[in-house]
Amino acid sequence: MGVEGIGAKVLRKEDRRFITGRGRYVDDMSVPGMKYAAFVRSPHAHAKINGIDTSAAEAMPGVIGILNGQQLQGDGIGNLICGWAVNSKDGTPMKMGAWPALASQTVRYVGQAVAIVVADTQAKARDAAEAVVIDYEELPVVTKAVEALKDGAPQLHPEAPGNLIFDWELGDKAATDEAFSKAAHVTKLHIHNNRLVPNPMEPRAALGLYDPAEDHYTCWTTSQNPHVARLVMSAFYNVAPEHKLRVIAPDVGGGFGSKIYIYPEEIVCLWASKRTGVPVKWTSDRTEAFLTDAHGRDHETDVELALDADNRILGLKVETTANLGAYMSLFSSSVPTYLYATLLSGQYDIPAIHANVKAVYTNTVPVDAYRGAGRPEATYVIERTMETAARELGISPAEFRRKNFIRSFPHQTPVIMNYDAGDFEACLNAGMEAADVSGFEGRRAEAKSRGKLRGLGMSCYIEACGIAPSKAVGSLGAGVGLWESAEVRVNPVGTIEILTGSHSHGQGHETTFAQLVAERFGLPVDNVQVIHGDTDKVQFGMGTYGSRSGAVGMSAIHKALDKVEAKAKKIAAHVLEADEGDIVIENGEVKVAGTDKKLGWHEVCLGAYTGHNLPDGMEPGLKEGAFYDPTNFTFPAGCYICEVEVDPETGTTEIIQFVAADDFGRVINPMIVEGQVHGGLAQGIGQAILESTHYDDSGQLTTASYMDYAMPRAWDLPNFKVSTTETLCPGNPLGMKGCGEAGAIGSPPAVINAITDAIGNNDLTMPATPEKVWKALNAVR
Amino acid sequence: MYETSYHRPSSLAEATQLAAEKGDEAKYLSGGMTLIPTMKQRLAAPEALIDLRHVGELKGISVNGRSIRIGGGTTHAEVATNEEIKSVCPGFAALAGLIGDPAVRHMGTVGGSVANFDPAADYPAALLALGGTIHTDKREIPADEFFQGLFETALDEGEIVTAVSFDAPDQCAYEKFRNPASRYAMCGVFVAKRADGVKVGVTGAGASGAFRWSDGEQALSGNFAPEAVDGLTVPEGDMVSDIHGSSAYRANLVKVVTKRAVKKAHSH
Repeated sequence: MGVEGIGAKVLRKEDRRFITGRGRYVDDMSVPGMKYAAFVRSPHAHAKINGIDTSAAEAMPGVIGILNGQQLQGDGIGNLICGWAVNSKDGTPMKMGAWPALASQTVRYVGQAVAIVVADTQAKARDAAEAVVIDYEELPVVTKAVEALKDGAPQLHPEAPGNLIFDWELGDKAATDEAFSKAAHVTKLHIHNNRLVPNPMEPRAALGLYDPAEDHYTCWTTSQNPHVARLVMSAFYNVAPEHKLRVIAPDVGGGFGSKIYIYPEEIVCLWASKRTGVPVKWTSDRTEAFLTDAHGRDHETDVELALDADNRILGLKVETTANLGAYMSLFSSSVPTYLYATLLSGQYDIPAIHANVKAVYTNTVPVDAYRGAGRPEATYVIERTMETAARELGISPAEFRRKNFIRSFPHQTPVIMNYDAGDFEACLNAGMEAADVSGFEGRRAEAKSRGKLRGLGMSCYIEACGIAPSKAVGSLGAGVGLWESAEVRVNPVGTIEILTGSHSHGQGHETTFAQLVAERFGLPVDNVQVIHGDTDKVQFGMGTYGSRSGAVGMSAIHKALDKVEAKAKKIAAHVLEADEGDIVIENGEVKVAGTDKKLGWHEVCLGAYTGHNLPDGMEPGLKEGAFYDPTNFTFPAGCYICEVEVDPETGTTEIIQFVAADDFGRVINPMIVEGQVHGGLAQGIGQAILESTHYDDSGQLTTASYMDYAMPRAWDLPNFKVSTTETLCPGNPLGMKGCGEAGAIGSPPAVINAITDAIGNNDLTMPATPEKVWKALNAVR
Repeated sequence: MYETSYHRPSSLAEATQLAAEKGDEAKYLSGGMTLIPTMKQRLAAPEALIDLRHVGELKGISVNGRSIRIGGGTTHAEVATNEEIKSVCPGFAALAGLIGDPAVRHMGTVGGSVANFDPAADYPAALLALGGTIHTDKREIPADEFFQGLFETALDEGEIVTAVSFDAPDQCAYEKFRNPASRYAMCGVFVAKRADGVKVGVTGAGASGAFRWSDGEQALSGNFAPEAVDGLTVPEGDMVSDIHGSSAYRANLVKVVTKRAVKKAHSH
């Protein structure tokens, strides 16, 4: 490898513009004649709209136009879709209620868009939005999924009687019942997985531009997958045909899943640009972000684990109720099903698993994928249960896990997944050593002498990333394939542009992807430009989520580089009159192995473009593309160990130490991977001890600002001890597994296992706020 | 934010004249750490803002012996880093250093905080415990009479807090238990010990804003040690109850945080 190739801690190329404030985000974009939008949003969680009076608002200064849902429908703009079809266990399709981008008859959550105001300035648009008078007839409200399923609960959609979207199952119920009938011990637990608000640093924004001369639309949007956004806006929302719509997702300041989806605002801004004749920009404020960005998690689960007399797992039963909010967001149906129940085997050899999931409508913000998406929920269920079982049996949680680890690969679980490779014990051992588990009792005693309660908790997670083989997800109901594309464009002087369908919104792709070129040709990363996020520049692609950009996106680049390398070698062999098989490319030179005959990389590239001396029949140029469709999911796994100290007087938890021992397969840039783990851990620890999303009985989100929603701060977190082992993934050419979500997936159960260990009470829900911990302590002291 | 006009007087006279001209729709701005966010959320809509941060008479800290006077326009950062306050009354300087974050401490002012009387603001606990005086452009008001209820003070319309003053006690300290979300005080306790007794000011926890914990004062006046309040019970009914903490939890905090403040006072 070159000094900037695979395994090098190359500093992030993109950080120069980010840390000097020169990033270009959607809100930084400006086009001539641009005006500003504000949305009129429902103040009620559930209400009928009896009328909209815009007369006073229209008369206000600077107002250009006010548009409503009837006009939207009249222009043929389609309802929002859910892109993954899930059937109930009786075979009936999921029951989807209509979600128009602007509500015209009924609103079903606080913040739902009802109308758009376009005005000269943002302030004038907001002033006028407040002056729009809407005659609401309030309807009864339900915000909790379990309550929504009860008889007599308020009903949200006529399409979904009883608010039930689907009643889905996975696994063999009879075999699982049979396994439980033989159990020597059964551990039972009720688990609440708290609802989270994603909170990317950059709020969502959209700029819609309609060009009447070309009948062409351009949409700048804060998207993790602009190509899919174009497809969906074209094929389903009828905004414009694909070739008449350009979607640009420039610098995007974090997404965590919440910017995968195509939201009402970008559709409406595009449509409003045509309607009003001016470019229309909307930028969310933080409160709007709380009220309208898709939330994450929100599960209630009953779990049972059956063990034999030797403490081996016989079976697992899981009953989950998933709150999907008021409407089905783009991938909402897949999160509590195929991204959740398929991971319930964890790292363990479990002969029989049965999971049942009910997805439910409530008067809350739609819920969809958020960093980890289903896998944190599965990991929390299995790892809380494993820890609880070990405590009930009075055995070491580590040894109990070790005893039940899967040890041979490939391993077919009872819940679809076929684990291709892994070494769970290696991570466990690395984690326990880094955490000095053997010295814990001494530290616990020392803490006790200071009046503090120490606890140790672990979590051995596995996730399925690199999503995903298109054929497999297609058979499970996905509306798209989940391959990725790449194009490698070598310029005549030898510098390189990589065009990728992945999208970087903080992950460092511009550096990591360039390192593949450094590795391959020995060129400096500064000679490589990574281009993404513009449907006019880049071929179709599937975007970034599900820790897929490395394993899938970089595999596509790898394939395209193979083609470039092959052609460059052919050209060099021809010029140097050598055998193609003897050509090697290293350190920016193209050489004949074992001789001093060589060409500079730039000479070969220039030769490709002058065409003066190419092999007979060879096309000029040096540009290759590739599509890569994964053969399997990838399976990152690891062992996380958390050590906490609880202050018994206040219930405050201090995280003393957090160890993450991960197996991500091959690591391209260890510094960036560490950063991804750190960020994931911060979010996972945030979920475990801080972040609480609270609706009151009328459906108002009472935690809609940072005054009430507790985000993790630096001082809440310790210095993390992270390490990786590399068990290469056999499913892709680079052996990569993915690292973006692991921290958020593996950490919550480790934290809660540690706190419950410290206080001696297992009855504790996330977030474990000081008051909850204090109460749990009081219950046992 | 709704449209507003901004005015920057350079003297008290100019400020009060502006306020008189603008009438009810004007608001004084002294750092704006509460007012500006409230305006951004469109929950407040003053037609005129009269910025007091550039009024010379409101600036400055004077320490004479053990008497401390802090101008209303003094920032929290200036209080926190003032060497004389740190030497004479370290507990008060330390309190200022715990307010918000560095940006807030360099914008927010003593006068703005005291006049606003947010139920979780830090200074009121100290001024109550220190028996401080609030100076205005019209009069002097003892802290016990100044702080009246949630966001309610003895200030008349248009009256400006020009300074706060107090005599440094023998020992004092502030301990703050933060709300996990806002990081404001969920319970902040300032203890001040003098020859004639101990005073305990509590912020963040009380249903009617900052208050003096008289049971605690009595116990600590007899024995200025953390364990002195062990046997006491704080009435839950007087405490705030919200999504961040029940009144029972806050009642517990008053006691625990008081103990920690006493312990800290011994170490200052």
